[in-house]
Amino acid sequence: MATQILMPALSPTMEEGTLAKWLVKEGDTITSGDILAEIETDKATMEFEAVDEGIVGKLLIEAGTEGVKVNTPIAVMVEEGESVEDAAAPAPAPAAEAPAEAPAAAAAPVPATPKAKAVEPDWPEGTPMKTQTVREALRDAMAEEMRSDANVFVMGEEVAEYQGAYKVTQGLLDEFGDKRVIDTPITEHGFAGIGVGASFGGLKPIVEFMTFNFAMQAIDHIINSAAKTLYMSGGQMGAPMVFRGPNGAAARVGAQHSQDYAAWYAMIPGLKVAMPYSAADAKGLLKSAIRDPNPVIFLENEILYGRSFDVPDMEDFTVPFGKAKIWREGKDVTIVSFGIGMQYALEAAEKLAEEGIDAEVIDLRTLRPLDYGTVIESVKKTNRCVTVEEGYPVGAIGNHLSAYIMQNAFDWLDAPVINCTGKDVPMPYAANLEKHALVTTDEVIDAVKQVTYR
Amino acid sequence: MAARKPAAKPNVSPDELRQYYRDMLLIRRFEEKAGQLYGMGLIGGFCHLYIGQEAVVVGLEAAASEGDKRVTSYRDHGHMLACGMDPNGVMAELTGREGGYSKGKGGSMHMFSREKHFYGGHGIVGAQVPLGAGLAFADKYLENDRVTFTYFGDGAANQGQVYETFNMASIWKLPVVFVIENNQYAMGTSQKRSTSTEDIYTRGAPFGIPGELVDGMDVLAVKAAGDKAVAHCRSGKGPYILEIKTYRYRGHSMSDPAKYRTREEVQKMREERDAIQNVRDLLLTGGHATEDDLKAIDKEIKDIVNASAEFSKESPEPALEELWTDIYAEAVPQGDAIEA
Repeated sequence: MATQILMPALSPTMEEGTLAKWLVKEGDTITSGDILAEIETDKATMEFEAVDEGIVGKLLIEAGTEGVKVNTPIAVMVEEGESVEDAAAPAPAPAAEAPAEAPAAAAAPVPATPKAKAVEPDWPEGTPMKTQTVREALRDAMAEEMRSDANVFVMGEEVAEYQGAYKVTQGLLDEFGDKRVIDTPITEHGFAGIGVGASFGGLKPIVEFMTFNFAMQAIDHIINSAAKTLYMSGGQMGAPMVFRGPNGAAARVGAQHSQDYAAWYAMIPGLKVAMPYSAADAKGLLKSAIRDPNPVIFLENEILYGRSFDVPDMEDFTVPFGKAKIWREGKDVTIVSFGIGMQYALEAAEKLAEEGIDAEVIDLRTLRPLDYGTVIESVKKTNRCVTVEEGYPVGAIGNHLSAYIMQNAFDWLDAPVINCTGKDVPMPYAANLEKHALVTTDEVIDAVKQVTYR
Repeated sequence: MAARKPAAKPNVSPDELRQYYRDMLLIRRFEEKAGQLYGMGLIGGFCHLYIGQEAVVVGLEAAASEGDKRVTSYRDHGHMLACGMDPNGVMAELTGREGGYSKGKGGSMHMFSREKHFYGGHGIVGAQVPLGAGLAFADKYLENDRVTFTYFGDGAANQGQVYETFNMASIWKLPVVFVIENNQYAMGTSQKRSTSTEDIYTRGAPFGIPGELVDGMDVLAVKAAGDKAVAHCRSGKGPYILEIKTYRYRGHSMSDPAKYRTREEVQKMREERDAIQNVRDLLLTGGHATEDDLKAIDKEIKDIVNASAEFSKESPEPALEELWTDIYAEAVPQGDAIEA
């Protein structure tokens, strides 16, 4: 019986890919384990193997086709004696050949690149823009800073020859060589300490954690060695460096690989903490982070890596720390978020607009320093506030903001501030449970309706 | 009184030998004074004295060159004095005063001197080991000729990050001398009870790091081993391990009653192996110094230490505004970096 071969999901966050090359042709007899095709994901080029034996009846997607969605039929297999014509009406694919459903988080609708309405724009009017993914923007930021400062280097697991576990450091080894793009063993505690020591010694390290979950092994050096030394030395020496990597939930990777550390690091005096949403902010903030004379925690997000945004095409574009960005101006409610939380905040604002609720959406961009002024000014205008983040509800950034707003704008509040957060549970694996463990757009909408009494 | 084991034949000049005597004596008298000030309530918190271990830092500083770096744990007063930091600044930090190396904000365990290339003073056992390798990483990156002395104890030798560091230091051939100051007790736990290997320096072998055992009560042996280790690092061969067997006469910290060892054990070390007494004997028997010469040194040291105690009492407490300074840097601290 003819069976379909579907475009496979080859990474937790893959939504689509390029069918780079067929390694079989119609009429070929194949056995299990034969390589059928090369498929480029957002992270790597992968070989796609046959699961069953049979004859290649028809190739449905031409080699070189980009943007092939996961689960799209790409070929039809027939058995001995079946004709290619039989394959015209193929049976549904067996579940084993491809995931029945794309990962939950990846399945979330991708918002069109929203146009920021920053009150003070980050770039001069008329600056030409280019479309870039967050991943490319981060890579460009590192490359530009490495070109201008010989003391900047990047170290971490798979950053060099593998071109980055998430391809963020792609191409850096070729341009800067193995002296400045350094593969480490899997030894987070040790290489974080070596990075801090190198910063004491006059260098400006960028330490990549494959994910911030693994930085738990290194947190002593981040906090006790990097954040506190300037103070403990009476200002004599500190750690001018960046710790960066993906943070927060990816998709279907379970409890130990899905955690938002924003609130943890934002608590620590001596650290600076950035958590960008857009590609432009990723680039501008990372350049600022590398130049900063202090240790910076730079929290990226795996799901955002592949998202495209407008990035100003200008020489030396930077975004200052401690300056929030107003993505959408509104009068009825202030929604404050950062990082991937902005996705929910902006989606909610769009939907609320259809119902006549005009939300102002603020992206904090950096959590330490935090732009309290922009939040307070907005709350004084809208009199209501909802915070959105993916982290746990206890000790959340939203908790802190709520207290700050209460102490500094109590008389302007017409409703209690509501914190939309991830749920107070370890991240489950099941797709439906994971979706509910994360903050959702509907929850943001509900919260806004509560504070606006609608 | 038991017979003292004579030190090895001097491999250094009489001037150098006198200098070692002076430097070791400074540390001992300074630490004795710090103990007194602690008893008077002028020094607070944790205070870990270096008495008994003086030959380790003095011997290795004698092997160091200008620009070489050092980093150590919380038992750090001796290292600071040995590398030439001002006793006044160290003592005033112990008393938490404005004139201290960290303006009173670091304390006994957290002092630094960019000028003397002293990178702390770290309170988390073992954390200084990757930090030291990182300093060496910077020197290799900057292509200078410097070596970093990374000191840690027999207790820290059981921390995982030490071996993570051995691995990277070896594959990257970092110019770092790992100095295991084996005073035989990790706080109150003897090496025998805590450590699977008798000779800790052999733990470098699986990582391809050569090492050797050194008599830490003999400053000349330490100096000779230091010379060898530094030459190894400077020639680009990567890290080297010195396990220096030493002994602390005092408790782990000021609040340690030291019930885990006998008074006799301590007394035996003091009487038979004391590093300062050994050098004193060498100077006198070799005719390199007279009793009067040594008395003059004793007097000089006493004056320095008394002056540091006075300074540490007279220096004011830091202004309250200091609470809020040095949390964030405005500019990158000036180090040895490549000029942009």
